[in-house]
Parts: sequence; C-alpha cells; structure tokens
Amino acid sequence: MAHHDDYAHTSAGASPALLNDSRLDAATLIDYYRQMVLIRRFEEKCQEMYTKAKIGGFLHLYIGEEATAVGAIAALRPQDHIFTHYRDHGHAIARGLDINALMAELFGKVTGCSKGLGGSMHFADVSKNFWGGYAIVGSHLPLAVGAALGMKMQRKDSVVMAFFGDGATNGGEFYESLNFAQLWKLPVIFVCENNLYAMGTPLEVHSSVTELYRKACAFGMTSERVDGNDVLVMREAALRAVEHARSGKGPVLLEAMTYRFRGHSAQDTQKYRTKEDIERHRRNDPIARFRALLLNEGIATEQQLRDIDRMIDDQVEAAVRFADESPEPGHEWITQAGVYAAPIAVDPPIHGE
Amino acid sequence: MPVITVREALRQALHEAMQDERVFIIGEDIGHYGSTYGVTAGFLEQYGPERIRDAPIAESGIVGIAIGAAMVGMRPIAEIMSVNFSLLAFDMLFNHAAKIYAMFGGQMTVPMVLRTTNGWTQLSATHSQSFDVYFAHMPGLKVVAPATPYDMKGMLKAAIEDPDPVVFIEHTLMYTVKGEVPEESYTVPLGKARLAREGRDITVVTYSRMVHLSQQAADILARDGIEVEIVDLRTLRPLDMSVALESFKKTNRAVVVTEDWQSFGTSAEIAARLYEYGFDYLDAPIARVNFREVPMPYSKNLELQTVVTVDRIVQAIRKTLS
Ligand SMILES: Cc1ncc(C[n+]2csc(CCOP(=O)(O)OP(=O)(O)O)c2C)c(N)n1
Ligand SMILES: [Mg+2]
Repeated sequence: MAHHDDYAHTSAGASPALLNDSRLDAATLIDYYRQMVLIRRFEEKCQEMYTKAKIGGFLHLYIGEEATAVGAIAALRPQDHIFTHYRDHGHAIARGLDINALMAELFGKVTGCSKGLGGSMHFADVSKNFWGGYAIVGSHLPLAVGAALGMKMQRKDSVVMAFFGDGATNGGEFYESLNFAQLWKLPVIFVCENNLYAMGTPLEVHSSVTELYRKACAFGMTSERVDGNDVLVMREAALRAVEHARSGKGPVLLEAMTYRFRGHSAQDTQKYRTKEDIERHRRNDPIARFRALLLNEGIATEQQLRDIDRMIDDQVEAAVRFADESPEPGHEWITQAGVYAAPIAVDPPIHGE
Repeated sequence: MPVITVREALRQALHEAMQDERVFIIGEDIGHYGSTYGVTAGFLEQYGPERIRDAPIAESGIVGIAIGAAMVGMRPIAEIMSVNFSLLAFDMLFNHAAKIYAMFGGQMTVPMVLRTTNGWTQLSATHSQSFDVYFAHMPGLKVVAPATPYDMKGMLKAAIEDPDPVVFIEHTLMYTVKGEVPEESYTVPLGKARLAREGRDITVVTYSRMVHLSQQAADILARDGIEVEIVDLRTLRPLDMSVALESFKKTNRAVVVTEDWQSFGTSAEIAARLYEYGFDYLDAPIARVNFREVPMPYSKNLELQTVVTVDRIVQAIRKTLS
C-alpha cells in the first residue's frame, strides 16, 4: 500500500483498468450501481419528505458522495464494524440496512432502525455491526478505536471502519484516535470524506494542511488519498487498507476526495460556493461516471439499468408508505426503562414511575 | 472480619473483577508508574500490558475507547487520574456513554466504569474540585460515591457488573480510611442509601468523605447529649431518598453536607427533595454545609477556611437545632 510519502493521486478514469484487474463479476458491479442509486433516490425522497414536514430536525444529505460509502463498505465483511458521522444515510444503505427502517426512523416511528429516538443523524443497526451515526463532530473516532481494541483483545480478525469529514480532522479526538490506534496497532480504517467543506467553511480556511492524508505522517501511519467519486478506486483502496489492518499491521487513514451536491443540511443557503462550482463538480458525478462505465464496457445494458432505477423508485415509495403507516414510539421510551439497560427503582420514584 | 483500607478494598474488587476475561483497565500511569494512588500497584506485573493499559494523556480518548470497547462486549474500567481531568472527557461521557442506550433505541449497552477521584490538599484551584453534580445531572449515567471500605468493594463490583455506564467517584483523602471488609466476594447494590448512624434529634444527609466528617461531628455533639442520625446516600444517580426521608420524618430537622460548591450543587437537589417530600415534617430550615464558592486557594490557611470541616458541620447542626 502506498505510504504517505509515495502517494500519487489516483486520477479519474482509473476504473476501466480496475475492472480488468479486480475480477468482479457483472452482478457485483451492477449491485454497486444499485446501491449508489438507492442512496440517491432515498435521499431525494428525504428532501421531499422534509419539505412536507414528514421529517424534522437536521437532514444532512450524502448526494454526490455515494461512491465513497459504497466502495469502502464493499471491502468489509459482515463481521466487520462501522462507526460513522451524522451524514450517515449512505453508509447505512451501503451496509444493507433496511430502507423501510431508515425512512421510518426519519419519520420518528418505532419501526425505525433506532426506534424513532435517533432521527437522521443517529441511524444504527447492531445486527449489521453498524454502530451508529454520531453527531458530535469527530467524537466517534475514539469509540471506533475502542471497538477495534475490543476485537483485538477478543482475538477476532474483524476490522473497524470509521467515516468522518474533512472538518473532523482538526479536532483533538482525531489526533488522540490516530495516536492510540497506531500505538496499539489496532485494526481501524479511518475514512476521511474530504468534500472540501466543513459546513460552509472551505478546506483551505479550516485546515493548515489541505492534503489531509498527510495528517497521518505525525503518527507514522499508512495513509492514502483516493478518488472517492470512483467506486472501484475507492473499493480497491479500502481493500488494501482492510488487508493491512486485518493482518495486524495497524490502522490506515484513507482520504476520499469527494463533493456534496446539496447543502450541508436542509437549512443551508450555500453562500460559500457558486452554482458554477457545483455544476463543475457535477461533471464528476460518481453515479453518472459509473453508469457510463458499465455501459461503455458492455457490463450492463441501458434497459437493465433502467429496470434497476425503476425498482428502486418503487422500493423508496414503499419505504415512505411503510414509514407513514408505522406507529410512533410509546411513552415507555421516555421512562427510565428507555434510558437504562438495567433501570434502578428508587423511592420516591423519578417522575412518579 | 479483616479491617482494611479503602485502597485495599478497591484493589480486592479490581482483582476479583479481573477474573472476568472481558475486564481490562485503561488509564494514565496505572501500570509502569505504579498507580497514582496505589490502587492498581502490581496489576501490570500480574495481568500484563494487554489488560492493564497504560494510556497516553488523552482523557477523551481513554473514555471514548472504553465506551467503544464496552459496546462490542468488553467490560472496561477507565481510570481518570483525578476528577479535574475528567473535564476533557465530558463529551465522551455525556454525549456518548449516557446517550447510546436511549438514542439508538436500546440496541446497545455501554457496560463501562469510569473510576475517578475527588480531593484536595494544597493543590490550588485546578486540582481541588468536585464535579459530582455534573455527572449526577446526566440521565443515562449511574453515579456512585461510597464512603466505607465495605461499600467501596461491594459497589465497585456491582458497578463493573452493571450493564450501564457507571461513574465511580473516590476521594484522595479516603484511601487510607479503614473498615471491616469480608474477604469473600459480594456486591452492594447501586441506588440504595444506608443509615450510617442512628439518632433521634437531627438528620445529616451526606455521602462520600463527608460521611466520616459527619460522624466526627456527631461524636462531638453526642457529648452534649445531641443524637445525630446520618444518612449515607452512596449513589447520586439514581438518588434513593427513602432512607433520608424516613429519618427526616422522625427528626424533623436536616443538614445536608456535601463537598462541592453550594449554588446548583448536589446539596441543592438533596435539600429540594427533602422539602418536596418532607414538607409536612419540617421544623426548621434545612441547612447546608459546602465548599466556599471560590476557586480553591493554595494557602493552607485559606484552604481550610474554604473546605468543609468538622467544626462547620457541628455549627450548622447546632444552629438548625436552636
Ligand atoms: C463538536 C461539534 N462542533 C460543531 C458541530 C456543528 N457541525 C455539524 S457538522 C459540521 C461540519 C463538519 O464538517 P465535516 O467534518 O467536513 O463533515 P461534512 O459535514 O462535510 O460531511 C459542524 C461544524 C458539531 N456537530 N459538533
Ligand atoms: Mg466536509
């Protein structure tokens, strides 16, 4: 794997070469397409439902960054673990969480993946080793390191993948986590999604070093910058990182270059960039690129992909119906029994419970 | 029954806990240095560096790692050298440890213990604090602060076995306090107050080191025929007021003694509950004895005027009885 010193930025268009190398069958490649489109359609529907006030709170969309989650998570096994940030829809879908449960979570329903208590920023599904979206920037990184320590101490060969943004690389927890993980040679893959902005603050305004993979240097950690808008490039890099971590060599920092097409959240008026900026980046749309690749290389037909698109539309509509028809969480969730695994009754009782 | 120190009682609890393969200890200077207050001295040699993890000075990382490890099935005991440094880990405790069970709809538990210690001895403003109230304020945490060697051992064992995150608060001036502790294994349930001394005239509600100072105050007052009843809360969250209220209904007078600042402090909550549930039994305003509301001074003389002393407890009791 490339060390930070001999890094060479993987250029767009690396995919065709990878197609030949990677021995991926057509079904797998088409499934990456399906996952990316599912993320996008799901989120477009989220935006619509937000406007209709079916969804409340903050809504951070991943649109434009789909290849990063799909490529990176494709490198994991089911027994591997994921911790992510509040922009978590893409990771959840790529990990195979049920979109009915995700839409229901956004609608605040008890059938949601977090029983309607977490909302958009706090998707989780332990049965998929998807340990949650965390909304305090950078603060989930120590948790990911702790989970990796747990794996190591339990003599399991599972790895932990942690997703976070460019903005998160400036906080103390990032540095503490890199040091702990490298010091103890823990199997963590830190995936920094460099979408060039922390909310509305541009990369060069918030970080002294803008090639974020270089921040691993101080810890002697292997790191690499990759094209996060190329699903196959992302997957290859993640496979290398996973192999490195799983073999006991320690953590890896991957910097995935990407771009979000929507605002930071639904509230964002995007004063910090122009329409032209966004249009320029749209030419590098990860889904359009991959779709073109599948067609040009004869892996899928236009008809096949259109069928997938239609199936996804139906699936997303069904998720909305499911969420709409689901019941809300009951009062028990705001009693001590909802707060503690082992609530302790006291006298006089809290809230008279 | 053997008489041992608080330090030894904690050591016994930790040795017992280490029999469980899932348990490990993570903290600063717990191993090579030999442990700041001697609690884990010799553990590194006995259990090895994988389970006695000397950590870099990174409190947020230490607590966050304990949380993550707990989520995937370990039973971490994180040690924060003194409570003053726990401020750097508050985000981990408050935004993660306390929230993860509820926020993800009960899918995950965080069975970790955070051991830390209050205390002062001419260490000045940054090193002489108590944040009991911050921890106790937070739904999702369990917070215990025992006073006796017996409870230290039994409650630390209970805390380690508990599936929820527990903040276990010790006191630097209590490690050498002695008491009877059985050699065999036992637990003392969390969330149960106890009667530390019987008396019919007035109730002192307190916990941690202040239990011992209140006992000394009661001994002094006993010479004048004043009988003080002392309630040791032992756990701050959830707060069991049943023993204190039963006592208060008998004595009709109370003094709350806590080693923290008065405004919005633990004594405010305790007194509020006495008023709320014991109003009909009240014969005098409830008095409170706490730190003076200043950053702790270094000067010995000023420090002693700032902290809670036996004399101040005695005065508060006399005043409440007059
Ligand atoms: C500790 C903390 N500070 C501030 C915020 C508010 N906030 C939420 S997201 C965000 C920007 C994060 O940017 P980045 O890490 O690049 O991730 P992105 O949103 O671009 O995916 C900020 C400032 C927060 N949630 N947590
Ligand atoms: Mg960003």
